[in-house]
Amino acid sequence: MNIFSIFKRKTSSQIAKDRLKILLISDRVNCSPEMMELIKNDIAQVISKYMKIDSTSMEVQISKTGSSGRNGKKMPVLYANIPILDLRD
Amino acid sequence: MSEVIVVTSGKGGVGKTTTSANVGTGLAELGKSVVLIDADIGLRNLDVVMGLENRIVYNLVDVIEGNCRLKQALIKDKRHSGLFLMPAAQTRDKNCITPGQMVKLIDSLREQFDYIILDCPAGIEQGFQNAIAGADHAIVVTTPEVSAIRDADRIIGLLEANEIKKVDLVLNRLRQDLIRRGEMMTVDDVLDILGLPLLGVVPDDENVVIATNQGEPLVGKNSDAGQAFFNICKRLEGKEVPFKDFGKNVTIWTRFSGLFKKNLQEERA
Repeated sequence: MNIFSIFKRKTSSQIAKDRLKILLISDRVNCSPEMMELIKNDIAQVISKYMKIDSTSMEVQISKTGSSGRNGKKMPVLYANIPILDLRD
Repeated sequence: MSEVIVVTSGKGGVGKTTTSANVGTGLAELGKSVVLIDADIGLRNLDVVMGLENRIVYNLVDVIEGNCRLKQALIKDKRHSGLFLMPAAQTRDKNCITPGQMVKLIDSLREQFDYIILDCPAGIEQGFQNAIAGADHAIVVTTPEVSAIRDADRIIGLLEANEIKKVDLVLNRLRQDLIRRGEMMTVDDVLDILGLPLLGVVPDDENVVIATNQGEPLVGKNSDAGQAFFNICKRLEGKEVPFKDFGKNVTIWTRFSGLFKKNLQEERA
């Protein structure tokens, strides 16, 4: 065990927070983490038809604090962060 | 105009009844007229936390079924003349009343009281639906644990679906020592996850156990939890009360000094 592993060790509160974030996504929209993974792969496939993307570092998540819906209620949004690879390189 | 507040959590044992008792008592201490309604039919507990279990004659179900007049089921508190308790029935179950009947009951209490506080049962079934039916405002109580937060999140969704617009969070049973060691989620962690406005932070305090043993709410008394509950009451009354620092950051100043402390700790590690 080197000195860096002390810094890297996750505290149990961090573990709890990480677990909750994943758990609540599936709870909120009744969508399991596996299904999110499938959605992510499908999006990557479609987008990569048109441009070069970095599918390994893309993120897809559902967050609650989206835009307001028709009756002013917060709507969940599907948020995708897809890095586009620069073709000039 | 009275305010109807439901105290709810989803998960059991996180402190709904304790919060209801203390917030009700604290508001009465601030000179408000308050009625506490125990909506946990079949598993009533608010009466014992308030120390009023020996005075019960009629209960909420008796009023709804017309076995007694409204006033007969209201038990006056030992210490505060403006505080009343409407106990739940113990020998019935949650399905014996409907949300519509609760709304009617609450409306008949609105004229008389500044605050109507409902102690919601755990769970999301009929009992929950009954308790939130007439509420204008919800207080979600949770503890910094994965299970409690998950249930709280579900409850928040249900409150939104039931058009309860004002929803606040009370974070109960925080332990400063654990937070400092990184073994308990901080106030900010929980707020980040649940995204609710913070109404109060109550530390884990043995005085709560003692107070419950004695049947005397500890709000306003010289203990950490007592002060925290009293601050909640003041905030409900529209006063700005700064949040106490629990290991890390809540106000801008403590956030700043918290960052400083965190850096120091990391350096030491």
